Amino acid sequence: MARGSDTAPAEATPVREMGRGTRTLLLVLALAALIAAPFYVYPVFLMTLLCFGLFAAAFNLLLGYTGLLSFGHAAFFGGAAYFTAHAAKVWGWPPEFALLLGVIGAAGLGVVMGAIAIRRQGIYFAMITLALSQMFFFACLQMPFTHGEDGIQSVPRGRLFGLIDLNQTLNMYFFVLAVFLLGLLIIWRFVNSPFGMILKAIRENEQRAVSLGYAVPAFKLGAFVMSAALAGLAGGLKALVLQFATLTDVAWQMSGEVILMTLIGGIGTMLGPILGSSIVIALQQRLATSDFPVTIITGLVFMVCVLLFRRGLIGELAHSRIGRAMGLRPPG
Amino acid sequence: MDALSQTAEPRVVLSARGLGKDFSGFTAVNNVNLDVRHARIHALIGPNGAGKTTVFNLLTKFLQPTRGTITLMGTDITRMAPDAVARMGLVRSFQISAVFPHLTVLENVRVALQRPAELHTQFWRSLKALDVLNGRAEVLLDELGLTPWRDTRAADLSYGRKRVLEIATTLALDPEVLLLDEPMAGMGHEDVHTVADIIREVAKHRAVLMVEHNLSVVEDICDHVTVLQRGEILAEGDYATVSNDPRVRTAYMGSEA
Repeated sequence: MARGSDTAPAEATPVREMGRGTRTLLLVLALAALIAAPFYVYPVFLMTLLCFGLFAAAFNLLLGYTGLLSFGHAAFFGGAAYFTAHAAKVWGWPPEFALLLGVIGAAGLGVVMGAIAIRRQGIYFAMITLALSQMFFFACLQMPFTHGEDGIQSVPRGRLFGLIDLNQTLNMYFFVLAVFLLGLLIIWRFVNSPFGMILKAIRENEQRAVSLGYAVPAFKLGAFVMSAALAGLAGGLKALVLQFATLTDVAWQMSGEVILMTLIGGIGTMLGPILGSSIVIALQQRLATSDFPVTIITGLVFMVCVLLFRRGLIGELAHSRIGRAMGLRPPG
Repeated sequence: MDALSQTAEPRVVLSARGLGKDFSGFTAVNNVNLDVRHARIHALIGPNGAGKTTVFNLLTKFLQPTRGTITLMGTDITRMAPDAVARMGLVRSFQISAVFPHLTVLENVRVALQRPAELHTQFWRSLKALDVLNGRAEVLLDELGLTPWRDTRAADLSYGRKRVLEIATTLALDPEVLLLDEPMAGMGHEDVHTVADIIREVAKHRAVLMVEHNLSVVEDICDHVTVLQRGEILAEGDYATVSNDPRVRTAYMGSEA
């Protein structure tokens, strides 16, 4: 095998070792910032950021790490918000069980939608997920427990494990932060697991994965359901934070918004969706009181990203020299 | 079984009867009968467009046959899914090199090893769980001379080495039948020899069916040759018989034969 100019490379290692230390340091700093943040910034705003950050990260598990573009993730987010809100308000369930119900409900929806959509590719997959989520939207509009246009209002936050009063804003904040971090940890583990390795192989060369004996649809369905369950975790959490669940959460615009958040931040990166969702939510909140239509601004931001930063903000950073020194891993 | 493979005609592991495929009215493959035997290298040759790759896709179930039956080690696989067939021990390579480009050489081989080791569904464990497969993967890399590139991304390998990596990945499954679609295509002279030696070596314990354009390689390593033309079998036999067949000479007019 003398042909070819490739020789065994020995370069990458020192950079990566240096990056690892920097990455740990950055993670510790970020964690410290998240713990200190509610003392400086309006906590409900921060909690909203964390909920949508988790939602976008869950969506990215599917788009970035499995290569499937779902246009129906609002069904999981909004569906779970309804389930959690109903369990907490009407049945009087404690928050941890109400949240769990939301996750299970979203996972169940994920199994049904995934099983129908998973054998289609590309735009057909996106269209089927959109159609199914629209059907779910209609069901939410009609079913009595969702209270139609009114939604479920004044959802009680309750006492966590019967002990911690979540009506105390700081208690609620740290609960949301813990759930958020748990969600990210699950995603990180899922992506960097033996299962995640096969997902990556499927994304890189699906035919080859089939020829090695992998039942590709089962793997895609597994990722779809996991993504749906985590989107549900985010949705249920949001219902507890803002204390309502409405049709906005299940509408197709929400599915579009999470795509926008993920693309702005950078698909296939751990931090991208979180940054992307923070930008979108911050813009929405900042412009909510002005007369200027917020969709025009977010649309412009999106266009700038598509034109200038194709990999998204974090994706571009990870590809740059600075990003590598910081220990960010480029997607792919 | 080894004693059996010493005799003139070892057992048939993969066979096709009356295999045919139509693409909206156009008959790409028609009435193909094949017997692929254990410990034999069987070549499928023919001019461009003869339907060789289609036959491959039919045998590995990447395409659904319109007519005919396929039997793998006594089981009718005509209606089975391609991944199920692969799990039974019929593993193919592709004409365009099929590696996982952003995975390292070691990871490429490990992906193949994960399923037999039942390390493919665990989403709660660390990637370190896969280190138990390193030993077996490294043995394969060593056998195929890929050890120096263990941690290189597959995308950064030379073309010839990508093909060798593909063979290593395929061998990791220890398949009963190996289907190689133009394993030497686009390779330099030295690489062709290396790969030919590898194929000869692996065929001692399994059946190999390969599509190949390089007729000197076919002459060199193949025990049995089937010539396809316009989707049908034109001639069959050992290389000497087939290459002296006037119909084959006509079909290949202007080319090496």
